[in-house]
Amino acid sequence: MRPTPRYRSLPIAILWLLPVAYLVTFYFFPLANILGISFSRLHDGGFASLLQTLVSPYILQILGFTFWQAALSTLLTLALGLPGAYLLARYEFRGKSLLQALMGIPFVMPTLVVAAAFSALLGSRGLLNLGLMDLLNLTEPPIHFSNTLGAILLAHVFYNTTIVLRMVGDFWAHLDPRLEHAARILGANHWQTFKQVTFPLLFPSVAAASLLVFIFDFTSFGVILVLGGPHYATLEVEIFYQTISLFNLPLAGILALLQLFCTLGMTILYGRLAARLTLPLALRPQRFTQRRLISWRSRFFAMAMISLLFTLLMLPLTALAIRSVTRLEPDRGQRSHQPGFTLDFYHELTINRRQSIFYAPPAAAIGVSIGYASATAVFSLLLGLPSAIALTRDRRNALNHLMDPLLMLPLGTSAVTLGLGFIIALDQPPLDLRSSWLLIPLAHTLVAYPFVVRSLAPALRSIRPRLRQAGAVLGASPLDVFLKIDLPLAGRAILVAATFAFTISLGEFGATALIARPEYPTLPVAIYRLISQPGAMNYGQALALSTLLMIITAVGMISIERFRIAEIGEF
Amino acid sequence: MRKVQIIIAAILLSLTACTPTTTSPPQVEKTLTIMTHDSFAVSAEVVAAFESANSVSLQFITSGDVGTALSRAILSRNNPIADVFYGVDNTFLSRALDEDIFEAYDAPALADIPDGFKLDNQNRVLPVDYGDVCLNYDIAYFANHDLEPPTNLEDLLKPTYRGLLVVENPAMSSPGLAFLFTTISHFGEDSYLQYWEGLVANDLLVVNDWETAYYTEFSRWGGSRPIVVSYSSSPPFEVLYSEEPIDTPPTAVVTSPGSCYRQIEFVGILRGTTNRALAEAWVDFMLSPQFQEDMPLQMYVFPVNPQATLADAFVRFLAVPTSPASLDPALISANRETWLQDWTLAVLR
Repeated sequence: MRPTPRYRSLPIAILWLLPVAYLVTFYFFPLANILGISFSRLHDGGFASLLQTLVSPYILQILGFTFWQAALSTLLTLALGLPGAYLLARYEFRGKSLLQALMGIPFVMPTLVVAAAFSALLGSRGLLNLGLMDLLNLTEPPIHFSNTLGAILLAHVFYNTTIVLRMVGDFWAHLDPRLEHAARILGANHWQTFKQVTFPLLFPSVAAASLLVFIFDFTSFGVILVLGGPHYATLEVEIFYQTISLFNLPLAGILALLQLFCTLGMTILYGRLAARLTLPLALRPQRFTQRRLISWRSRFFAMAMISLLFTLLMLPLTALAIRSVTRLEPDRGQRSHQPGFTLDFYHELTINRRQSIFYAPPAAAIGVSIGYASATAVFSLLLGLPSAIALTRDRRNALNHLMDPLLMLPLGTSAVTLGLGFIIALDQPPLDLRSSWLLIPLAHTLVAYPFVVRSLAPALRSIRPRLRQAGAVLGASPLDVFLKIDLPLAGRAILVAATFAFTISLGEFGATALIARPEYPTLPVAIYRLISQPGAMNYGQALALSTLLMIITAVGMISIERFRIAEIGEF
Repeated sequence: MRKVQIIIAAILLSLTACTPTTTSPPQVEKTLTIMTHDSFAVSAEVVAAFESANSVSLQFITSGDVGTALSRAILSRNNPIADVFYGVDNTFLSRALDEDIFEAYDAPALADIPDGFKLDNQNRVLPVDYGDVCLNYDIAYFANHDLEPPTNLEDLLKPTYRGLLVVENPAMSSPGLAFLFTTISHFGEDSYLQYWEGLVANDLLVVNDWETAYYTEFSRWGGSRPIVVSYSSSPPFEVLYSEEPIDTPPTAVVTSPGSCYRQIEFVGILRGTTNRALAEAWVDFMLSPQFQEDMPLQMYVFPVNPQATLADAFVRFLAVPTSPASLDPALISANRETWLQDWTLAVLR
């Protein structure tokens, strides 16, 4: 049954009203503003030489490396994330939601702290190197970690695996296993079943997760800077260098546009693939799709997978947490110094030692962070839900066609360019937000909103249209259809989306540092303030605050998990 | 249906409960806005003194590091977001002056300040404080390895010091840039690259930021390099912020002539301010002994006003470099990009 044309186009335009208004005000307007200012600084005839620079070997090499490391990172993230998603989707075991929450923590950690954690494990005087030197009687550390491509890749996997676990895992958990069973009964082996039944059904969520991971890696800044070292540069790093170090705004502007078009290209490519391969499915409640770990094989798989995830994602974080309660002062050979347990760093956090006007006690920083994160979750759901519904209603609608790739642009836009645009464009009436706290969640929503749409759309798309049609035939209004059919079916996906929005905001540093009022620092800003000063107390406090950030993240994610809107019912 | 409403209501409720309430400023006549970088710090008492003396409320805006904050000030000059900008240093000075974002102000206190600090003869920017970027070394490392610590830049080329130095990338880091300027000032524009090639041959390590250099690569903090580019104030910081009270710094500074770079920080009144009189009062206040004496223990920088007395805690562990290097801002402005490009080619490729 096809909806009548009138019925089809009107609601879609209405659904897009709020998202379009938001994107125009908080994305396109600031971006146009900063690019306008940047290009107005060009001398006459400067544009030709600018384009020449754009295709110079120097820039092309940076572009090539940006693509190469992003592709490699995405593949590695999928290689770890897909088996992990399978484990979380198909098996039921104790502590699963805790495991899921823990796996999300890396996503929010500040790069400087993560780098310190990795170095404590893998650095030239890290645990692993010291152990190996001891074991193999070596005089030089066998593993070179800092300033290598390997460090970049490892950190990207560390940060982004949770995206695959969440997005693919939740979709997979509701795939009807009877299709696989049918294939097996018809004689297909495990691999054939996966290749010809499961993967095609799973594809929309894999593609959506890969796109997000790829764009995150493509626009990577902190990881490249801190772990990759000065020998590696992505477009984002080069844009920062041109903007801040050289103040060459025209070149920075054109590089930002280049990065933007690459993102747009990837998104359009994704749209084509997803459109061809998305099928409406019968989703099933988890209790029908999940098994206990009974067989010897499944237990072995679960053990191996959980250990692998823990080693890669949890070990560095654990090292950090342990260091935050350990005396750090190295032995200076002057007096015997026993490393031991201490809560000094946590205690010191509550003291305003310098009587500084910007001092914020940890509880205040936690409150500010959670406040912004909750606001971001609400904003991005308010925008993301109508967008995702519109996108799934009618694929041929012209507005959908336009908005689908456009809404991804904020993710691919250079943070330094957009950040400067944001604060210089939104400082005059009618939108004078320069000192409003709203500015921060509004900025965080730019990153969170595409995430929300991308994690909702596959779930909504997979709801069989005939369920809605049946509802409509039986007299339900469009709102009723949404509330009684779509919402319960997509309930899990909405929670996943909210979790992402919440954690994106919790961990965001770049934009926050640019906008936040110094009296109200978020946790990452407060951590950065401490780690940028010498002294054991400062460093220890940064580690302590990072540990608090981890705990807040885990608690936040577990509480969102409890907020079950509805479990998929039976139809 | 009802369930959904309850949940939405709960979310909204928790949101309003959690968000930081925007405290409306106390009912004073005016607000003076000061834009600065995120290393700025001041004690609450000093701010309160200025606020009550001038019946004004101060609002501080921090926007990332100096470079980022300055970019913001330049880009918003048509609709200035602040009245005063503090923190532009001599490496960024020419950019600020070229962009013409400051109004001149001949503060009376300038009479007390040594001429060496005044880098703009029109007084569009006024010096407030200074600090030195120097080589720091880990005392314990050299003691344990029976090595003499380096005493000047040339020492770093010796085989004894092979693989011991970590520096920051001048393209990305402010102390890194200061150290590059040190070598240009000390060895001259024609031979500084030769020196850097020597450093590379002696297994130099370059990282992008101070945090990584100091907390990851410096041997005091678990790295393997006992010499790092940092500030002359870092050793006193190590004492004041040690875990347990210690009486001598664990690190020391190389202070030989020409081996440190002096960074001077300036304040200026932003063009187009509607609070010119208050802005002048704030600039005067920053140069007055009360603010100048608060600064050292807040930001670990030296006051430019010789009338300010230095706290004992500040000077006790401080090594003062003899004749630190400096470069003419105009020379920096003209060559910054070329120097960075040449350095990148010589050191990173």
